[in-house]
Amino acid sequence: MLKLPSTVPGAGAGNSMEASHRGIRVQDLNAWYGRLQALRSINMMMEPKLVTAMIGPSGCGKSTLIRCINRLHEVVPGARVTGSVLLDGVDIYAPGTDPVELRRSVGMVFQRPNPFPTMSIFDNVAAGLKLNSRMPRAKLSDVVERSLRQAALWDEVKDKLNQPGTALSGGQQQRLCIARALAVEPAVLLMDEPCSALDPVATMKIEELVRELREKYTIVIVTHNMQQAARVSDFTGFMLMAADRAGELVEFGRTGEIFTNPRDKRTEDYITGRFG
Amino acid sequence: MTGLRKATNAMMLSLCGLSALLAVAALVAILGYTISKGLPAISFQFLTSLPQPVGETGGGVGNAIVGTLLLVGLACVFGIPLGLLAGIYVAEFARPKVAFAVRFTADVLFGVPSIVTGLFVYGLVVIKMQGYSALSGGIALALIMAPIIARTAEESMKLVPTTLREAGLALGIPRWRTILSIVLPGALPGVVTGIMLGTARVAGETAPLIFTAFGSRLGYQGLDEPVAALPLQIYRYAISPYRDWQQQAWAAAVLLVMGGLVVSVVVRVLTRRRLH
Repeated sequence: MLKLPSTVPGAGAGNSMEASHRGIRVQDLNAWYGRLQALRSINMMMEPKLVTAMIGPSGCGKSTLIRCINRLHEVVPGARVTGSVLLDGVDIYAPGTDPVELRRSVGMVFQRPNPFPTMSIFDNVAAGLKLNSRMPRAKLSDVVERSLRQAALWDEVKDKLNQPGTALSGGQQQRLCIARALAVEPAVLLMDEPCSALDPVATMKIEELVRELREKYTIVIVTHNMQQAARVSDFTGFMLMAADRAGELVEFGRTGEIFTNPRDKRTEDYITGRFG
Repeated sequence: MTGLRKATNAMMLSLCGLSALLAVAALVAILGYTISKGLPAISFQFLTSLPQPVGETGGGVGNAIVGTLLLVGLACVFGIPLGLLAGIYVAEFARPKVAFAVRFTADVLFGVPSIVTGLFVYGLVVIKMQGYSALSGGIALALIMAPIIARTAEESMKLVPTTLREAGLALGIPRWRTILSIVLPGALPGVVTGIMLGTARVAGETAPLIFTAFGSRLGYQGLDEPVAALPLQIYRYAISPYRDWQQQAWAAAVLLVMGGLVVSVVVRVLTRRRLH
């Protein structure tokens, strides 16, 4: 069923020893919503400081998979998880792991831009720090500026930091949400179809951003858009829904190989547009 | 055929218009009649002085104004935290069955005739304290107020999108803090409207005060002493045989109506501003 190319673990050129410990290792992961199994026996490795894209048709469990990496899946009533996810070698599902702590090192960007509507641009970016700790205003300003620069939004908003975040355009709102996630200095950035509500120009900006952020963060991006996966990612995982609606990982490998030389017939059918 | 349809349409439309007109006319008539009867008797002395014994002219409802402010204040002190916490619990924490039970209880409590609430507090508080008191009146009003606040708070918190809660959690903000600093501010216009509705409702209640606050000819004498209230005073004066008292009942009614009007206008203005 699962075809992991032998080259995958530690594929980041030259650092194969380190890479086997760092990054995100998903081991035999199953997830349920109530009685409905949404993920079955997922095994894969997301390499540090590279972009992993998850593609597949709607309902195949891509979003559920990344929501298991910051333990947001279990917030849904009736949802549960078995198996393990190792973040830099530490099992985030081990008893005693605090999901609140975990989420500070695993940031997330959602499908629709969701800035906090009652907060200004500044407060949106500062929210993760302000609501967790007491940080002096001056230091907070530095973090907000740095995060907005990283999200390529600073020049557009530096003169209106006190305006509500919801006053920005859709693409700007999404970059604001990226800045908000980066402000807490995570090691991993999860992106759940971050461009599906955006126009092509805004999408292009986000994609550029993903390529820049790749230098500092481990990024996992879920996308419906295969061209997007091909453009931004180093590795790609293809998922499908089995007969009982549980999502399974069909194929995982270097993005170039997945798109030019898929091993599985179903992957080939999907990427050539024969279904999905 | 078209002629018949058009005629039916015209008839139904005029019926709707007529009903709307009647509803507005009733409001205008009540307001106009009350004001025309009561306004002439309102003076500085009426607002500030205590009632005079029967037969002497003059006197006012200063005691009742103080009493109503005190009772409504007490109702807010007990009722707002109770209602708000219940609403937050049902919207954010309760399992579906518990939520249903609490919601059902609140709806039943909302439908209990207010004189029954008064009797309940009489049995529970007045008898225990061996006397009518401002405190028991405040408790009776709080019991009427709490379900209104709980239901409106719950409804407006449910309108806050789940994705905002998830955005908060994904930043590593603890759940309680997410609710307090992200969900509650988003629901604030609705929550405030509920509080104001509850306040306006209990400010005009007479029945629950008959066996609790009881009424008094004096101003504030202590929380464990009876206290006057505008609706109580209106009731007692209106059924009295003295023209002077009846006149004062009309004037007190104007105060009560105006108070309600001011509160609802303020609420409209405040909540409208929040929407922008």
